[in-house]
Amino acid sequence: MITEGRIVRLAERARAKERFFLDGEMRGALAGDTVLTAILASGHVLRKSEFGPEPRAGFCLMGACQDCWVWQEEGPRLRACSTPVTDGMRLRTTPPESWP
Amino acid sequence: MSGTPRIVIVGAGPAGIRAAATLVEAGLHPMVIDEGHRAGGQIYRRPPAGFVRPPEELYGSEAAKARALHALFDQLAEEGRLTYRAGSSVIAAHDGRLHVLGEGGVQAIGYDRLILATGASDRIAPVPGWQNAGVYSLGAAQIALKAQGVALGRRIVLIGSGPLLTLVGAQLLKAGADVAAVLDTSSWRQQMRGFRGLAARPIVALRGLALRARLGRRYHAGVKLERIEADASGVTALLWRDAGGREHLTPCDMIGMGWHLRAETHLADLAGCAFIYDEQWRQWLPVTDGIGRAGNGVYLAGDGVRLLGADGAEIAGRLAAAACLADLGRPAPSVGADLRKLTRLERFARGLASAFPWPAAMVRTLPDDAIVCRCENVIAGAVREGAGFGGGEANRVKSLSRAGMGRCQGRYCQLAAVELVAAQAGCTPEAVGRFRGQAPVRPAPIGAYLREG
Repeated sequence: MITEGRIVRLAERARAKERFFLDGEMRGALAGDTVLTAILASGHVLRKSEFGPEPRAGFCLMGACQDCWVWQEEGPRLRACSTPVTDGMRLRTTPPESWP
Repeated sequence: MSGTPRIVIVGAGPAGIRAAATLVEAGLHPMVIDEGHRAGGQIYRRPPAGFVRPPEELYGSEAAKARALHALFDQLAEEGRLTYRAGSSVIAAHDGRLHVLGEGGVQAIGYDRLILATGASDRIAPVPGWQNAGVYSLGAAQIALKAQGVALGRRIVLIGSGPLLTLVGAQLLKAGADVAAVLDTSSWRQQMRGFRGLAARPIVALRGLALRARLGRRYHAGVKLERIEADASGVTALLWRDAGGREHLTPCDMIGMGWHLRAETHLADLAGCAFIYDEQWRQWLPVTDGIGRAGNGVYLAGDGVRLLGADGAEIAGRLAAAACLADLGRPAPSVGADLRKLTRLERFARGLASAFPWPAAMVRTLPDDAIVCRCENVIAGAVREGAGFGGGEANRVKSLSRAGMGRCQGRYCQLAAVELVAAQAGCTPEAVGRFRGQAPVRPAPIGAYLREG
């Protein structure tokens, strides 16, 4: 459900709409959203922990904790809290299989 | 040294901006490297272009200061009086060279003088269950609100102690978020102990009390935090006890946590600064003279060296630049008035530290299965075992337990791990020592190095 995310938009709701893809599925975002905001506006988690069963959704939002890594379809990972989402961006919550 | 010294400032918060402006005024051209996309730092962080809330709404009583700093920096950058590298992380400092990670990869930048204004992040103490999705730092809750206009959950509980606890609670409420509870581990009695220090800035203290009043019955002092409950999509509730010992289970989907601040000192460490254990802040801080001089052409300013907050950071930025100018043999602005102000801020900060202390007893009694290192899910039991095995030395325990070896490099587990080791080994946290800083201080993809030169 697109409207049922972790994040609640309290202000700045009149921005231009954008689209991005998460694990192949199209999602909506607003111009100026970080990748973290965009993903959590329509979902509850960013990725799975490699060391435990629990999912993760970021922690510090200032680029220090490295909890919010997600992957781009072409391979490289990015920090969701400090990367602006761009229209048409293609992201994954797991590393691409062909990625070393 | 040649006529135009290369001066690099790391960080574009209040300290970095004031340091840069002071150098520009003296006719120098510094380079300012900052991870943010727009200058301001964390406390005066700016939303991306296209956001419309005015500074008054974002920064409250501090709006005029934020506005002034932003305008000053933007003007200096626009007029080309400094070189501004936004969105760039300094990941290593060695032998007069910085390694800077930006979009184009890693670049080496030489310096004659280095001013580190690296700020601070939340000082975190683990609570059982804090690894779950939906648990954030208090700073994160504030950044989300300021820079994105969002709350990180539908029903929020804030836990910890310190000025940010009250401030974030009041800001979220004002913005329309559902804040279920604000839980302070410091008791009223403890908070009164900081009173004398807090009286050094009566207006700031009263402002804090007014914010506290807005929280109403949501605020509880002297709580005991038992555990965070969660299901497959994240946090569902917090179990806690009030000061009277009564148990409460508060349903929530977001928890913000923090116990004041932890200075960000990795680069100071790599740049060769000496450190001293600060008993009151319960953390290791870099050593400087009164105006930020750390030796070897390195200067420190702001919360990365002394936790005095944004006003103190502005002053410390000016002082560090003045020290740098004096060492270059150039006319430097006089520092007397700034030093007197700083003394008053220092007294206030000490009051804060004693009113809202690090929860040492809570950390020392963590259950063995509670996670201490959130990066790699290292549990308290493993840290205790490491201390039993290798003795009460921070880096031994680090290599045995892997606490502090994860991708945040100990930023969020070091203080708790050291507390556990001290308890296990029967010594002080000071005797346990600190994790050695390691480059790169942010994870960097191998490809970023391959693109160099």
